[in-house]
Amino acid sequence: MQTYLEFEKPIAELEGKIHELRSVGQTEGAVDIFEEIQKLEVKVADQVERLYKNLDAWQKTQVARHPARPHCMDYIETLVEDFTPLAGDRLYSEDYAVIAGLGRWQGQAVAILGHEKGSNTQSRLKHNFGMARPEGYRKAIRIMDMAERFNLPVVTLVDTAGAYPGIGAEERGQSEAIARCTDKCLQLGVPFVSVIIGEGGSGGALALATASRILMLEHSIYTVASPEACASILWRSSEHANTAATALKVTAQDLEKLGVIDRILTEPVGGAHRDRAQMMSDVGLAVAGELAKLASLSPQELRDTRRQKYLDMGRSGIV
Amino acid sequence: MNWLKNFVRPRFPSVFRDHDDTPDNLWQSCKQCGEMIFHRDLALLQHVCPGCDHHMRVGARERFSQLFDDGAFETIEVPDVPHDPLKFKDQKRYADRLRDARNKTGDRDAVQVALGKIQGRKSVIAVQDFQFMGGSLGMAAGEAVGTAGPTALGNNAPLIMVAAAGGARMQEGILSLMQMPRTTVIVQQLRERGLPYIVVLTDPTTGGVTASYGMLGDIQIAEPGALIGFAGPRVIQDTIKEKLPEGFQRAEYLLEHGMIDMVVHRHKLPETLGRVLGLLMGRPAPETQTA
Repeated sequence: MQTYLEFEKPIAELEGKIHELRSVGQTEGAVDIFEEIQKLEVKVADQVERLYKNLDAWQKTQVARHPARPHCMDYIETLVEDFTPLAGDRLYSEDYAVIAGLGRWQGQAVAILGHEKGSNTQSRLKHNFGMARPEGYRKAIRIMDMAERFNLPVVTLVDTAGAYPGIGAEERGQSEAIARCTDKCLQLGVPFVSVIIGEGGSGGALALATASRILMLEHSIYTVASPEACASILWRSSEHANTAATALKVTAQDLEKLGVIDRILTEPVGGAHRDRAQMMSDVGLAVAGELAKLASLSPQELRDTRRQKYLDMGRSGIV
Repeated sequence: MNWLKNFVRPRFPSVFRDHDDTPDNLWQSCKQCGEMIFHRDLALLQHVCPGCDHHMRVGARERFSQLFDDGAFETIEVPDVPHDPLKFKDQKRYADRLRDARNKTGDRDAVQVALGKIQGRKSVIAVQDFQFMGGSLGMAAGEAVGTAGPTALGNNAPLIMVAAAGGARMQEGILSLMQMPRTTVIVQQLRERGLPYIVVLTDPTTGGVTASYGMLGDIQIAEPGALIGFAGPRVIQDTIKEKLPEGFQRAEYLLEHGMIDMVVHRHKLPETLGRVLGLLMGRPAPETQTA
């Protein structure tokens, strides 16, 4: 069953009609029905293209959260050979919201970290909807430490609404874990590429995204607070999420202008969820390309340039 | 007790600018126990209630004079940053909110930096003032930390960060989030030079501040009763729909959970800082080995 977003209603209607005609066609086999279907399909393609060319910030937020959008594990299963998941922070427990492991990215051995939201009720619960606890960040620190020892580049796939706000998470130092993880990102003497594949939610995303190169999918978002949270704080009602999304400048296009991300990866027409294979393959090539560019830098150069990048970042607004 | 408020209503805006929320009163009542405290006593008591030891919020200048020897310090100027970088408007324009906060506090933004001596040792202190838009971390606060760090490096002095913030400056969007890695680099520079970085967490410190420079101190001190956390208590309660445990996210609770080194009474803060700095900086740096 395909999920349609609210603004995709016209598409849903047309595709519904096609579906209907198809089932009628099967019993009657009339030629004019076939032609009608073809006409409608052209119309749908046109409609999808037009809609997705002009998505606003709130619509992009919904696309970024689309349940059928490729998630961290989808990318890993499709792109990474010899993937070897690694578990645990060695301090308290395993956090399934953060995927960690080793594998080969286009042939090259790398360490991989990412947020996994899950794809059905059961897996969503298991992965806590991609909202990590301190253990997730401490596991990430452990893996980054190891990557550095073995001179492995680090690739992160960022997709989280934010770090989990719970009693246990607070008691075990959620803020300290995020701070240390960002700290670790900034010390890495290996190439480090991050892709914001869906939702980049606040500090919980930043802790895995303080990279040498940050790529962002065309309809992904990256923000200091979710539009809903921002709306409930500043407008005193989450109903203003739409307005908040625009005001916060959460889109890849805005963030590129602000110099916060390095490169936008174009999505297939109608969003990553309409052609998952294409999207994943594009991400695979793009990351490999970025890693190749960073390969010639020494550990000290990698560390220095990354740190300078973040010292300079966030000092100028929209010109 | 309210008769006092009704009868005595002189205005001392300049004296009270840094204080809690009721600036136009000769007497202030403790929010915790209700005790009425005369304004001159309050300053002498460093805004700690004599009845219940409640630590009230204090502004930057007052904090500087409490911590530096003889209350003497030199304010370090923080370079200006672009105002309202996103042209943000919610129910009110951010530019207007900023102007109001500046008029109210007399400061340019939430973090002030000063150089002076703590127990005889040259030190840099940065103070985050909750009065200025909830102490929120934006480009200006990042710039202030980015000024405090190099000032400490230049003077071969430790940096003391007195933190207080509701979190990120929402109106600066992603640029506010980017102050987290930026300030983290500053902390790393101090660490690499072997200069102490000490954090004093005051009420309240939450959000992006704790998730960056607020939790990266060599030594983590908190004032009694301070609310400290990543997510605010209301957000947590709304998420888990459970009652929060007693004392949750308070300084003492964090101490018990291993998240900070000590809870220190405001009156003991200069002595504690002096002692800790003396110990950390008590031995000469190891000489680089020559072949």
